[in-house]
Amino acid sequence: MYIATARATPVGDRAGLARRVSGNVLALGAVSLVTDVSSEMVTAVLPLYLVLGLGLSPLQFGLLDGLYAGVTAVVRLLGGQLADRWQRLKAVAGFGYGLSAVCKIGLLLAGSSVAAIGAVLAADRTGKGLRTAPRDALISLSSEPDMLGRAFGVHRAMDTVGAFLGPLAAMAVLWLSLGSYDSVFFTSFCIAAVGVLLLGLLVRDQPVLERTVLESKAKAALGLLRLAPFRRVCAWAALLGLVTISDSFVYLVLQRRWDIAAVYFPLLPLGTAGVYLLLAVPLGRLADRVGRWKVFLGGHLALVLALTILCGPFDGFALALCALALHGLFYAATDGVLMAAAGPLLPPELRATGMALVQTGQALTRMLSSVVFGAAWTWWDVRSAVAVTAGALVLVVVAAAIVRPLGGRA
Amino acid sequence: MKRAMLVLAAVVVLAGASVAYVVHARDRGPGGVEANTVPVVSGRQLSLRGPERLLFRNTAAGPDFGRLSSVPSARPDAIREATGLTCDRFAVSAGTGLCLTARPDVLPPVTDVLVLGRDLTVRRRLEIPGTPSRARVSPDGKLAYWSLFVTGDSYAETGFSTRAGILEVETGKLVKTIEELPVFRDGQRYFASDVNYWGVTFAPDGNRFYATLGSKGKTFLVEGDYANYRGRVLRENVECPSLSPDGKRVAFKKRVSDDPAAPWRLFVLELASLKETPLAETHSVDDQALWRDDSTILYSLPRADSGSDVWSVPADGAGTPALLIPHAASPALSNSGPPM
Repeated sequence: MYIATARATPVGDRAGLARRVSGNVLALGAVSLVTDVSSEMVTAVLPLYLVLGLGLSPLQFGLLDGLYAGVTAVVRLLGGQLADRWQRLKAVAGFGYGLSAVCKIGLLLAGSSVAAIGAVLAADRTGKGLRTAPRDALISLSSEPDMLGRAFGVHRAMDTVGAFLGPLAAMAVLWLSLGSYDSVFFTSFCIAAVGVLLLGLLVRDQPVLERTVLESKAKAALGLLRLAPFRRVCAWAALLGLVTISDSFVYLVLQRRWDIAAVYFPLLPLGTAGVYLLLAVPLGRLADRVGRWKVFLGGHLALVLALTILCGPFDGFALALCALALHGLFYAATDGVLMAAAGPLLPPELRATGMALVQTGQALTRMLSSVVFGAAWTWWDVRSAVAVTAGALVLVVVAAAIVRPLGGRA
Repeated sequence: MKRAMLVLAAVVVLAGASVAYVVHARDRGPGGVEANTVPVVSGRQLSLRGPERLLFRNTAAGPDFGRLSSVPSARPDAIREATGLTCDRFAVSAGTGLCLTARPDVLPPVTDVLVLGRDLTVRRRLEIPGTPSRARVSPDGKLAYWSLFVTGDSYAETGFSTRAGILEVETGKLVKTIEELPVFRDGQRYFASDVNYWGVTFAPDGNRFYATLGSKGKTFLVEGDYANYRGRVLRENVECPSLSPDGKRVAFKKRVSDDPAAPWRLFVLELASLKETPLAETHSVDDQALWRDDSTILYSLPRADSGSDVWSVPADGAGTPALLIPHAASPALSNSGPPM
């Protein structure tokens, strides 16, 4: 787990970081790291397995897969809601991690049945949806309010290390087992099981609140949006999501414009992830110092710059790299930082519910934005679609900066 | 401390289990079992000369799983002879062979494209990103073309897209993807960001070709002119076209059902009249059909257990399908193409 912190922090500051980020956050980071290795192993080999191992038609499979995207958003709300109602953040997160781990064995048992594989993948997504909000709530409840940016930065950096290692682990297993996909699934299950154990043994649940407090607050779950600052964060995050361009479009434009050989295409997301990994902690700390909303909006400006490069008049290859780096910066300045901004606005007993609300709102508007962008691309052309998106994004960012939804604090 | 020991113990046990599983998988080999489950003569040389043979990918579990194998065309029930060559997809025409193999241990997936001569010696070798889908050689043996599944370059995040490429065997000139082919639909140039091609087939003249164009959830049959590099949309709902040896008909798979487990049926389209005829095979076929001659079509169908079988059905819609070779896929005929 020190890989992430060592890489992401200036050398002289390591001791300070270890002292100040709570052990619970580091433990949750370790759980995410290990779990991401496991899930990225499967993601990396799944297309090969389906097409060559089982002889399924991937186009047919893609249809099945698209249906689950919307379900995940709803399940996330459910995960947050249940965790708060029972005041069992760790248990609900643990169930989510456990379900996804069991699904790796499910892939072994599903054989070549399309229906069974579809069901296993749906269950896997459900597990991911269920665990996200309670886990983020645990991170925020385990940290001092003025340290949240740093805490989420550390967690996201560790998570990304896992995503880096997953495909490498899958390649190693395929190489050692002479191309056995079953071995990849089994190894992935073992790694996921380690993640569940780490959660069970090393992560502390938050203290259970008084029963009376809970009952009075139980009805407040959906009334969270009546909390004005939180409502504004939700609304602005969702609005920004609507004018944000999805990752795959960024990569597609990069590839088309700079004619990047298809062999290197899959490396583009790694470029984003690498920058994200390096900057998650520094930007989280910056957010703690200068204000989370400022950094969150600044991240969107980085995306505007990246989009300007994508549709601008200059073709230099260095510019393509800049665009990729800015895209990583955008993630580092927005993903964990938004959670850090939303956390303190929520009462502890409704933290998971609130975090699920912010994330789901953002996810749904981003899905909508993908559809709209795809249509715009088809009607006009790539450059106009990117330029219009960048323009709309600037307008919303400026509006959000003027309105200052968090008031003087940020 | 006690917790740390517990974690450590669990890691050791789980790591041990993984290693044991991997070692076991390694011993079983790629087919999953130690001995061939159907009779196979292993390690045979194969040539595209001499009496015609039926070539195919052996999908019977065992050490020869995935190997290019063959039986005499006249006696398809003879014991199969396996070569040392592993091909996920295979095609032959006029003495040119094409073998696509996914690299077993490379991520993201990369496919070795091998163009083979009459003795199955490698004439050209390319590495193309993606996973093998279709492989064919033009009737004159001068063009090799394929479709590969590619992940991650579609904006439908989790979806797949396909990319079709063409190689001029003599010169080595490569068209990596025919996505840029200018296509006209009802006289209008067709533009879309999500254009995908798969299932290419060339006419005996080596210039006219057909392919599936996928865009916005629909599929179209495109007729192309390779020399002038343009195409036009002929018809909707046609996938994986395959031209008959006389160049007058196209066998294809048509989407006939919304059931994702069984969406397609094989049809034959007469190009002059655009009249289509359903074939007697009622199972859903996900394959680019192969014309054995002007009246018979070969294709593979998934088996109930796993893997696939190669079947044969008359091309006029009459008759009944017949099992030709069990545990096989990607059929090809060693003497196909115009007479030499």
